[in-house]
Amino acid sequence: MKKKIGVYICHCGGNISDYVDVEKVYAEVRNEKGVALAKITMFACADANQKEMEADIPEKDLDGVVVASCSPQLHLTTFRAVVERAGLNKYDYVHANIREQGSWAHSDNKSGATENAIHVVKAAIAKVRNAESLEPIKISSVKAVAVIGAGVSGMRSAIALAKAGCKVYIIERDHFVGGRVAQWENLFSTNETGEEIIKRLYNDTINNDNITLYTGAQVLSQSGNIGSYRLKVQINPGFVRNSVYSYEMDEAISVCPIKIPDLFNFGFTQRKAIYRNHSGQLPIMAVIDDENCTRCGDCEKVCKDIDFSQQKKEINIEVGSVLVASGFDTYTPKNNEFGYCVIDNVITLPQLKRLVAMSDRHLEYKGNRIKNIAYIYCVGSRQLDGENKYCSRYCCTAAIHTATEIRRKYKEINNYHFTRGVRTYGKQEIYYSEALKMGDVFMQSFDNELPEVLQKGNKTFVKIKDILTEQKELKLQADLVVLVTSMVPRDGISVNDLFKLPKGRDGFLKEIHLKLRPVETVIDGITIAGCCQGPMNLTESVNSALSAATKSYSYVSKGELELEPIIAKVDKEACTWCDACFKACPFDAIIKVEEGFKVFARVSDSICKGCGMCLPVCPKDAIELNSYTNREIEEMIDMLASD
Amino acid sequence: MNEFGRKQAKILVFSTEKISDPAIDMAGLLKQYYPAGVYVISLPCSSAVKPRWILHAYEKGFDGVFIAADGSDCPHDESCTEKTGRIVMQTHEKMKEMNLDPARLRMAAICSVCSEAFVKQMKSFNDYLGNES
Ligand SMILES: Cc1cc2nc3c(=O)[nH]c(=O)nc-3n(C[C@H](O)[C@H](O)[C@H](O)COP(=O)(O)OP(=O)(O)OC[C@H]3O[C@@H](n4cnc5c(N)ncnc54)[C@H](O)[C@@H]3O)c2cc1C
Repeated sequence: MKKKIGVYICHCGGNISDYVDVEKVYAEVRNEKGVALAKITMFACADANQKEMEADIPEKDLDGVVVASCSPQLHLTTFRAVVERAGLNKYDYVHANIREQGSWAHSDNKSGATENAIHVVKAAIAKVRNAESLEPIKISSVKAVAVIGAGVSGMRSAIALAKAGCKVYIIERDHFVGGRVAQWENLFSTNETGEEIIKRLYNDTINNDNITLYTGAQVLSQSGNIGSYRLKVQINPGFVRNSVYSYEMDEAISVCPIKIPDLFNFGFTQRKAIYRNHSGQLPIMAVIDDENCTRCGDCEKVCKDIDFSQQKKEINIEVGSVLVASGFDTYTPKNNEFGYCVIDNVITLPQLKRLVAMSDRHLEYKGNRIKNIAYIYCVGSRQLDGENKYCSRYCCTAAIHTATEIRRKYKEINNYHFTRGVRTYGKQEIYYSEALKMGDVFMQSFDNELPEVLQKGNKTFVKIKDILTEQKELKLQADLVVLVTSMVPRDGISVNDLFKLPKGRDGFLKEIHLKLRPVETVIDGITIAGCCQGPMNLTESVNSALSAATKSYSYVSKGELELEPIIAKVDKEACTWCDACFKACPFDAIIKVEEGFKVFARVSDSICKGCGMCLPVCPKDAIELNSYTNREIEEMIDMLASD
Repeated sequence: MNEFGRKQAKILVFSTEKISDPAIDMAGLLKQYYPAGVYVISLPCSSAVKPRWILHAYEKGFDGVFIAADGSDCPHDESCTEKTGRIVMQTHEKMKEMNLDPARLRMAAICSVCSEAFVKQMKSFNDYLGNES
């Protein structure tokens, strides 16, 4: 129990004192139990005041400090540092918010604001009186990071980490790197192709001694925590000895009897069970797809590089942090959503990009030469009724950019855009003006009156009530209807469940705070980068990849880490192990302990995230959370309720 | 008493450091006034509120308790909404046993930018409690 508390009440210029009678607050709190010193200050955060506090603490032998000022979001860390510099524990400090939640919130009611501030400061004094000095939990940290996914985000962050001197393991589940970008030829907002970008990143990756790249690999299990995650990784063989471009390999591919839809081309083409990388994907090699190969042995007969003796390997790696860059999927429209799967010439934007990549002098689809293309926007995003309420951000620009590229390549093509308002934000706006200049036609519908795709005979029409022409009903005969589909979270990814990563309302991985901590997750030591977090274009993906790399690096760079000691603790005597806390904990931090006849719960310090979900479920009230104990909370309530 | 002769209620808000605290701060920053009898205690997560704290607040004289729930924004777990809801339900039962009006405990999801929603909640809760007493 603290007995010598210092209380500092801030004017904040006039931000507080114009509405709160600071003198009155001072007079009311200076004689509170335990208060040894009370002061009024013009700016508590000013250097001069910080120095004064640093001098007061040893001089008056203070054992606890309260500053009543602005929101703790702004200056909690400042004042914790002040008390630490003066020799106290940082948890001997409590912050009282009398500005955002006091003077500003009640500047219409000065006496109410003053009354409020008095109670808030008294509650803070009660809290610090009962506060326990806590020591950060110190743990050692392995100077290595695992990066999950070798798309642009994964490779870019791996390169940044490796250049900072950190060992990096990239775990890519495909046999080739590149992710989605390998599928797109020309890209906005620079004139590079996906292939060029991937080649650059791949070369930097494999030429850096600090990076080990595992392809055809997936994390099977994980244990441990920040500082020391132990991952079991399975590496699947490609069953081909060398990365070969030989006549024999051509033969092997040709004799393979298995044909399956090639997902790289969204099913437009087929591939064999033995196949090579597409241009854009790296490394250059052939692999056998274990799932679809029947081991008929035909390929082995014609090519000596086939090696079915290769086995799955399991390796164990230990890292201090994990950076997840597992990317996104593209939305597959529902059956008959704008005619998809029902009307023959309705495809998606990703499919169109592959179609263009595979076409030469003319753009043809199912044997028909294309002249008029209708693009229907926001399919699978900004849904009024569906699951996907969010805007996918990349798609307006990607659709317009693809349309202008098509027009450059095939002069005879006309583009008609059925939008819900064009969102080519920032520098991407130039693509919109370019498309307009080139003669693309833009129409717009309301959210609740979407365009319709109709088939009459062997002709396809798109109908819209166009807002831009006073809701005139316009109808276009289209040779190809392109659904501009959204990005959606990757399906069936084990990493999310494996690491218990929280997801947001939209199903993408969730950061702690979108603005202030955008690449951290609540799972200590795990960061997220790129499109696994939500729709992003490449610039945004790389921005987030570099932030995540910096954050992950900060966890491992010193070889030692300090964790917040705000964790739950169990009163072993009161606990009778009913498993309610065990079930309530989302992080598996509760361990069942048996000591003789006594069975009770224990909290694993390094796993507990201090959320407190275990507190209210305990029927014996045997769990408390550091800094939020019954005594602290209830004495605060007493003070806030007092007259 | 307020200008309509109604009693100004005393409301305890359990908010959360990462989600609803920024919204409550923002209400102040934007001078979206709410009754001065509103007091906030911050916790790491809304599903950490113990029913005993809520009952303690009534015992000590609070008219109402409001849980500014993390809802689906909870950075810890998606079960947060359900868990906070269960705490409220259990406390409602206890309140009935103790002859306390269960409507004196409210919960609503307050996201990190939901300052307006917070202010609306506080005003309507204050009105309800002011009329009741
Ligand atoms: C049609 C379309 C066109 C686009 N055009 C452009 C453009 O012109 N310009 C632009 O800037 N942006 C464009 N984008 C956006 C761009 O594709 C993304 O920003 C980029 O792909 C994000 O990269 P990423 O690494 O985050 O994800 P991805 O590219 O999805 O890569 C993720 C990687 O992680 C791997 N992975 C997934 N799960 C696991 C697992 N469990 N274990 C191991 N590995 C795993 C995947 O195999 C993949 O290699 C376009 C997007 C679409 C849909």
